[in-house]
Amino acid sequence: MTNSVPNTAVKLEDVVCTFGIPPKETRAVDHVNLEIKAGEFFSLLGPSGSGKTTCLRLIGGFERPSAGKISLFGTDASRLPPYQRELNTVFQDYALFPHMNVLENVGYALMVRGVAKTERVKRADAMLEAVKLTGFGMRKPAQLSGGQRQRVALARALVNRPKILLLDEPLGALDLKLREEMQIELKALQRGLGITFIFVTHDQGEALSMSDRVAVFNNGKIEQLDSPKALYDSPRTEFVARFVGSANVIPGNLIGRTGMYALRPENIAVLEGSQIGANRLQGELLDIHFLGSLTRLEVRVGNECLTTMQSTSPTFERGARITLEWQDSSLRKLEEAV
Amino acid sequence: MTAPKTRGSFLGRALGFLHGRPVLGLVLLLIAPLLWMGIIYLGSLLNLLFYSFYSLDDFTGQIKYDLTLSTLQQLFTSSSNIDIVQRTFVMSIVVTLACALIAFPIAYFMAFHTKGNTKAIWILLVLLPLWSSYLVRVYAWKLILAKEGVISWFLNALGLHGALDWILGFPVIGGTSLSSSYLGMFLVFVYVWLPYMILPIQASLERVPKSLLQASSDLGAKPAQTFWRVLLPLTVPGIAAGSIFTFSLTLGDYIIPGVVGAPGYFIGQMVYTQQGNAGNIPLAAAFSLVPIVVIGIYLAVAKRLGAFDAL
Repeated sequence: MTNSVPNTAVKLEDVVCTFGIPPKETRAVDHVNLEIKAGEFFSLLGPSGSGKTTCLRLIGGFERPSAGKISLFGTDASRLPPYQRELNTVFQDYALFPHMNVLENVGYALMVRGVAKTERVKRADAMLEAVKLTGFGMRKPAQLSGGQRQRVALARALVNRPKILLLDEPLGALDLKLREEMQIELKALQRGLGITFIFVTHDQGEALSMSDRVAVFNNGKIEQLDSPKALYDSPRTEFVARFVGSANVIPGNLIGRTGMYALRPENIAVLEGSQIGANRLQGELLDIHFLGSLTRLEVRVGNECLTTMQSTSPTFERGARITLEWQDSSLRKLEEAV
Repeated sequence: MTAPKTRGSFLGRALGFLHGRPVLGLVLLLIAPLLWMGIIYLGSLLNLLFYSFYSLDDFTGQIKYDLTLSTLQQLFTSSSNIDIVQRTFVMSIVVTLACALIAFPIAYFMAFHTKGNTKAIWILLVLLPLWSSYLVRVYAWKLILAKEGVISWFLNALGLHGALDWILGFPVIGGTSLSSSYLGMFLVFVYVWLPYMILPIQASLERVPKSLLQASSDLGAKPAQTFWRVLLPLTVPGIAAGSIFTFSLTLGDYIIPGVVGAPGYFIGQMVYTQQGNAGNIPLAAAFSLVPIVVIGIYLAVAKRLGAFDAL
């Protein structure tokens, strides 16, 4: 075998994307390097304005890189228009064609390629069945609910069997229950089809629960690229520690060390009163939030406010003096900001 | 327990009374505009149209107030009248097509390639000609198109005078000069009505989400396919609105055919002379019925073809 299928679906090399005219330009994507494997569920996670959506749009061909190279399955695609790229996109606003019915929307990719009508209808119908919308073919997008539109957008993007599917915050407009259902369905669909999914989201829970790997974006750069577990357990920077799972970031001088440290709220135990000792801090209980299975405590230590999660409801009152305690192994030293 | 709020003044009590009766409030609000539209506008229009069922007594020159179809019959049987209707019609269609073809790229540029202040400047540039009198602009065009005018002079300077003569040599559209040809009249019509086509198309293009065009491209459509399958169908309402303007304005205009172009009456001029000098209000009314019927048919066909589905 000399010419095996490339294992890398998408490769970004030193990609830069700037908007605006020089004095007022903004660098939306700043020297990003990224390699996404074929068949992977890959998420781009970050707050709004972090460059994750621009990055997806660069892969889709809706933006041109100012510098750098984008390859799809080993071939340079940096200058290819979207219609020459072998990938499809589920847009944030779904972008369904309002003047076409559901069947015409789903069959659009086949129609523009000149697939005969009977074949087109057959494949579009099959796709609608796959997203559980059998019988909705004759409706216009305006007659559908948000969740149904989302499924139509998915069916439309998958009908031509792309090797890569880009999803731009596809669940953002759905309510919580529907979103959780769709997360499970999307993950199952991706496993079943074996397609590379590139998923943009600002919801860290969504990214962690669905992805094989996650790239955390901040200010146009990737702060960390890791598996969800590694991201959660070993955040490399303060930003990742705070954004993924809202860890406490403790300045070293508070605990007699140098640098910054991350400490997960659920890795902190609470003791009554002020107790001195190693891996302990004393503080004042500011607030108690009952969250159902867990209770969150806000504690002021010096000038810092730390949070801790407790599985049993504590007996302390607000304003009480308490002590926080943790295992040495729970403490993660963070890298200096880039 | 709190006592219900009492309002002392008459106005307060009246507002309180209306609060529970939204329909009555709406009627009171709309009564003035409804009277205006109903009596002064629609009423006089219908009255005018009614006149087309009267006739003029050839002998006395007085209007005979007996209902008859003879005036309408006169409109559609006299060959010179048919000529006038036909001439106006063809000109309106050609002007509308030309306006749409010229306006679309301009509107497209304005909608997709300008923003903020640049867009405002473009809209201003499109509207600017409407700030000066329409008569002034038409007479200016008469000078521009004249035998000794700018166009002729410019083409002479380029050594292209033969081309102009060649075009003017064509039957029907040609003539002795641009200002006395149907081609010249066509140019003036297109110039004068162009803003009325650009703005509705631009508005409808603005409303097409960019993501639809990107989705089309993403799904494999080449730019031409995206244009024909997505962009154009979604802007048809704007084109329809613009074409109603240009079409009906050309159908009814009586200034431009009088100032520029070959001799030969247009509908607007007929209405003007029949109700004025000739005193034949029934025939003038019959002529003015033509554009109304034609536009009505046009709208019905456009609706039938789904032009307004995307509204």
